Amino acid sequence: MTGKAYMIAALEEVSRVIMENEAVLNRLDNAIGDGDHGTNMARASRMMLKLLPELAETRDDMGDILHQVGMSCISEIGGSAGPLFGTFYLRAGMVNHGKIAMEPADWVASFEAGAVGVSQLGMSTEGEKTMLDALFPANRAMQEALEAGKSLQEILAAGVEAARDGVEYTKTIQASKGRAAYIGERSIGHQDPGATTIMLMIQAMHKVAVDMNAG
Amino acid sequence: MKKFINGPENLEAEIIKGLALSKPGILRQLPGSNVLVRQNLKKDKVALVFGCGSGHEPAPGGYVGYGMLDAAVPGKIFSSPTPDMILKGIKEVHTKAGVLCIIVNYTGDVLNFRMAMEMAQMEGIAVESVVVADDVATQKSKSVGQRGLAGVLLVAKIAGAEAEMGTDLYGVKEVAKWAASGVRTLGVACRPCVIPNDGEPCFELGEMEMEIGMGLHGEPGVMRCSMMNARDTARQMLELILLDCNYENSEVVVLINGLGGTPIMELYVVNEFVHQYLAEQGIVIYDTMIGNFITSMEMGGFSISLMRLDPHLKALYDAAAVTPIIRR
Repeated sequence: MTGKAYMIAALEEVSRVIMENEAVLNRLDNAIGDGDHGTNMARASRMMLKLLPELAETRDDMGDILHQVGMSCISEIGGSAGPLFGTFYLRAGMVNHGKIAMEPADWVASFEAGAVGVSQLGMSTEGEKTMLDALFPANRAMQEALEAGKSLQEILAAGVEAARDGVEYTKTIQASKGRAAYIGERSIGHQDPGATTIMLMIQAMHKVAVDMNAG
Repeated sequence: MKKFINGPENLEAEIIKGLALSKPGILRQLPGSNVLVRQNLKKDKVALVFGCGSGHEPAPGGYVGYGMLDAAVPGKIFSSPTPDMILKGIKEVHTKAGVLCIIVNYTGDVLNFRMAMEMAQMEGIAVESVVVADDVATQKSKSVGQRGLAGVLLVAKIAGAEAEMGTDLYGVKEVAKWAASGVRTLGVACRPCVIPNDGEPCFELGEMEMEIGMGLHGEPGVMRCSMMNARDTARQMLELILLDCNYENSEVVVLINGLGGTPIMELYVVNEFVHQYLAEQGIVIYDTMIGNFITSMEMGGFSISLMRLDPHLKALYDAAAVTPIIRR
């Protein structure tokens, strides 16, 4: 079981890691999009670092915390990443309403609900060179690890590895969704910034799980 | 960077305040937001909501008023408005007749609007949308569809006039879709604009180069080449437009839209050839709009849009409108 302490610490680490990678994400986006993915995600992360301590003091419901995080993504990130990452957290929140602690199965279910929400909103699926190319494989790996009776730390480690492979895979394919789709074949060879962000997020959550010996 | 601004921090808010102050009889700013809404909202008609990034002034706010938009929702510079702001606009202007959102086809705009519309529906508001995808520089076959460009303003004029007549939501949507299906646009750029936040140009282009088909934010186009004169540039552009959509024997509206850094003088020069060329093709020009209607700050370049007319669309195009930019 993990409680609010892990949730807040993990989301804070996610925010910090995204801010550290602002320039990297911009550079990736610049090659195939409009070059502001890092700026937009970092702006939301700075705001998140202000919001999370507040949530830690005022909320106990895990679903509620995720919902608040989702709403602030939606109003702060902008572009297409705002609604997509926002939806990810909102849907993750929906499966945790009323819970003050989460089992490993709840975490896996959260990722699953989030990915389905992103897929529906973006009318997209795997293989289109988007964040889903990291998210869906990570989810499958985490589901397998869960079914094998692994701990949260091990589950997230499996997710990190699969997400990393997914990011590598985005280099080999042509974009058919998002702004990168406009450049067609020229998008091949470039790594998708959205998928990279997903990998960084799961990495950060794993790191905190290990540091806190959570799960 | 040489811009007459007071810094990037409050730029979007200052733009909206300046616009709202210029025409207080026509529109007002919603407190605590950059949303602009029409004065004297009508109770029973379908409300029209449009939004796009800031940096495209006078769009979107310049088209708020009688006969066009009920609310305009700007985002940050070159970034779609966010769902909470779009929702604010929808909630302020919605009526029992419902709301029609007019969306320029960019992934960010489509996703933010879709999310705002879902939220509005959850609150019991009837809301529909029309996505305008008029840029012939991008292919239809792509799963994301063609990009949206200046043609959205023609669609907004038509939809606004139809809504003013008291037509129901589905009727206004169908007319807007019909108008949009006959609109094509192609742009050309010869100088980038500078993004205020970082002072960097939004793309790089050689001193004597131009790019046909570039998007409103400097997205890649179809052809980068040496600078051509007005006649040859317009010919290239019209050829591509007519390849994408057959306007033979049609009556059309022509919109020659400056991107902000090209003088009106040059737009008139372009128009002279456009009229000559279209006449040769058997295309009848009903009216021509020339000016800076939807810009990319100081980007050099322009776009040409054609909209096919039928008797009904013609009447709507001519119908009264009182907005800061379009008055009939």
